[in-house]
Amino acid sequence: MALSRLSSRSTTLLHPLATTSLLRRRHISTDTTPLTVETSLPFTSHLISPPSRSVSTSSQELLSFFHDMALMRRMEIAADSLYKAKLIRGFCHLYDGQEAVAIGMEAAITKKDAIITSYRDHCTFLGRGGGLYEAFSELMGRKTGCSNGKGGSMHFYKKDASFYGGHGIVGAQAPLGCGLAFAQKYLKDEAVTFTLYGDGAANQGQLFEALNIAALWDLPAVLVCENNHYGMGTAEWRSAKSPAYFKRGDYVPGLKVDGMDALAVKQACKFAKEHALKNGPIILEMDTYRYHGHSMSDPGSTYRTRDEISGVRQVRDPIDRVRKLIISHDIATEKELKDMEKEVRKEVDEAVAQAKESPIPEPSELFTNIYVKGFGSESFGADRKELRATLP
Amino acid sequence: MWGIVRQRAVDGGFSASSLRRTRSALVSARSYAAGSKEMTVRDALNSAIDEEMSADPKVFVMGEEVGQYQGAYKITKGLLEKYGPERVYDTPITEAGFTGIGVGAAYAGLKPVVEFMTFNFSMQAIDHIINSAAKSNYMSAGQINVPIVFRGPNGAAAGVGAQHSQCYAAWYASVPGLKVLAPYSAEDARGLLKAAIRDPDPVVFLENELLYGESFPISEEALDSSFCLPIGKAKIEREGKDVTIITFSKMVGFALKAAEKLAEEGISAEVINLRSIRPLDRATINASVRKTSRLVTVEEGFPQHGVCAEICASVVEESFSYLDAPVERIAGADVPMPYAANLERLALPQVEDIVRAAKRACFRSK
Repeated sequence: MALSRLSSRSTTLLHPLATTSLLRRRHISTDTTPLTVETSLPFTSHLISPPSRSVSTSSQELLSFFHDMALMRRMEIAADSLYKAKLIRGFCHLYDGQEAVAIGMEAAITKKDAIITSYRDHCTFLGRGGGLYEAFSELMGRKTGCSNGKGGSMHFYKKDASFYGGHGIVGAQAPLGCGLAFAQKYLKDEAVTFTLYGDGAANQGQLFEALNIAALWDLPAVLVCENNHYGMGTAEWRSAKSPAYFKRGDYVPGLKVDGMDALAVKQACKFAKEHALKNGPIILEMDTYRYHGHSMSDPGSTYRTRDEISGVRQVRDPIDRVRKLIISHDIATEKELKDMEKEVRKEVDEAVAQAKESPIPEPSELFTNIYVKGFGSESFGADRKELRATLP
Repeated sequence: MWGIVRQRAVDGGFSASSLRRTRSALVSARSYAAGSKEMTVRDALNSAIDEEMSADPKVFVMGEEVGQYQGAYKITKGLLEKYGPERVYDTPITEAGFTGIGVGAAYAGLKPVVEFMTFNFSMQAIDHIINSAAKSNYMSAGQINVPIVFRGPNGAAAGVGAQHSQCYAAWYASVPGLKVLAPYSAEDARGLLKAAIRDPDPVVFLENELLYGESFPISEEALDSSFCLPIGKAKIEREGKDVTIITFSKMVGFALKAAEKLAEEGISAEVINLRSIRPLDRATINASVRKTSRLVTVEEGFPQHGVCAEICASVVEESFSYLDAPVERIAGADVPMPYAANLERLALPQVEDIVRAAKRACFRSK
């Protein structure tokens, strides 16, 4: 994403185990030489042999993971403040804690592969190349928003990067994603669709209907269950007879992945894409966690303990995991990473400030984009004799 | 928000069976004048469900987050603690499934109160509401009645966007076999929900999220556990003689505000709170328009084929020669609900829209 911002004065890669200091000042490494890292946990699989735990990465990739996840984290925290300041209205579902899923997935796929997700979509949008300014503008209902202020938090899209939203109805994105995969196969795109849904949506009948068809027709669909263990206020054990979501595809193979480990996510998504292109649907269950409640209207602490939340943050935080990797491989120092986080914070603050100044939509926007072709029909405002428009 | 300006025997009335005391109308007028209690719509709904569960062990509650979470909007607060998990069921996020299960339970004689977190999600279950619930009594020639209540917030909230703001009154009210109720005040909420739960037919009970926190005066009578309002009877919230304004739910409050503004300009508006969308109280509607000769109908939902369209048709059919002006409709804009605050405001009826329409009907504007 913003790798050009990093210094590229030196590309010296230090030996990962080197402990001696150099006479020459060491710069942050942006080396692309392959580096192999083991995932935190092995993959658990259903009806398939799991991929290797050894993930090929590079200094550059790890730094981009760190930077991009820090950006996502900062964006969500800024959104929290904006919501409390009443600059964001309605519903606001935050993704902090789950960044590794968005980031790891992007590292494994291209912009020709499609992604569709639920209403918890801000970071997915960023991962697809969406900008902070258009994200914050949209959240604040401004015309410079990615949906011109008409969608809101739950309805971010970026079609030119094959990101199909942003859906408010739990589970609806499952058949829609299989539909995208259907089109990719029909058009011989050699691309796949990643359909993200939560553990709350995992019990929806329409998911199984779509999965059945995807399996029958060998659609290149990767169904990704972002299992953050709570469907709004209901824990997975209270809503699912079988919370082994990676196995719920029955005849469809599945993989359970540590969703807090960006490299594991990358490996799983790469594996899943190869599988889906040749053999049809596969399910990935990402074991992840959200720090915030379900939405800004939910404190998130009436159905889980604060100890649980802080426990996950201390032991499994995705950004800290990559931070430790970067430091232990001598790719950058702790201070350099902190400086990067400061830069990220500044970037987010600037985008927020800019978005706050951006204009609200024109009243005429009320009547735009109802149809592609309106055939000259009329649409009406609340008082049909006072406000009406002809749809082009 | 003082929704009940006058409470008289003429307005909607109470069915004889719900009044077991002799002091009814007198109590209402006296308790209002004496400084009645106030109750929020939320508490009114909660107490209604509580009392009906207490009175009839076949009544149970089912829906997402209704139990341990205390209700997404706290309408079912305290019920799990009071009645236990055999009467209050937290469901997974699977509307088609749990609605079908609710209807099946009703077939067998239980009385489910099924909550939709918003009625937008009822679309996932609409086949069961229409085909499994509404039509069963007819198809079985009376063998299988469905004493179920589907309740939850309906219509626009604030800034929740296109997929979370639709009003379903017109859709459900077009179906024979369903009853569709829409309370406005706390008294409406209590009386209508208790009536709905006791009713042997499937009832769609359309609440409004923005009204949950509003307080209304409530009479001693309405606080009694046997209190019930009749289904199919509208209430005249404010009497008037120049123009009839008919609406339901949150728009009743807007219509009353519009009536105040109109009064300042010498126009006396009669405001009718439908309370019941199906059956529709055509008698009260037409009697009012025959008195005033002018009609303004208001709803939040989409205009085409809306509740207002049916009211206008009824009046034009039944009371044509009484009309002195064309019928007026104020409704939600004919667009998916936009998120931006300024566009959302344009997409929903405002008090000034109702005032303007009333003045047009009175030929007091361009």
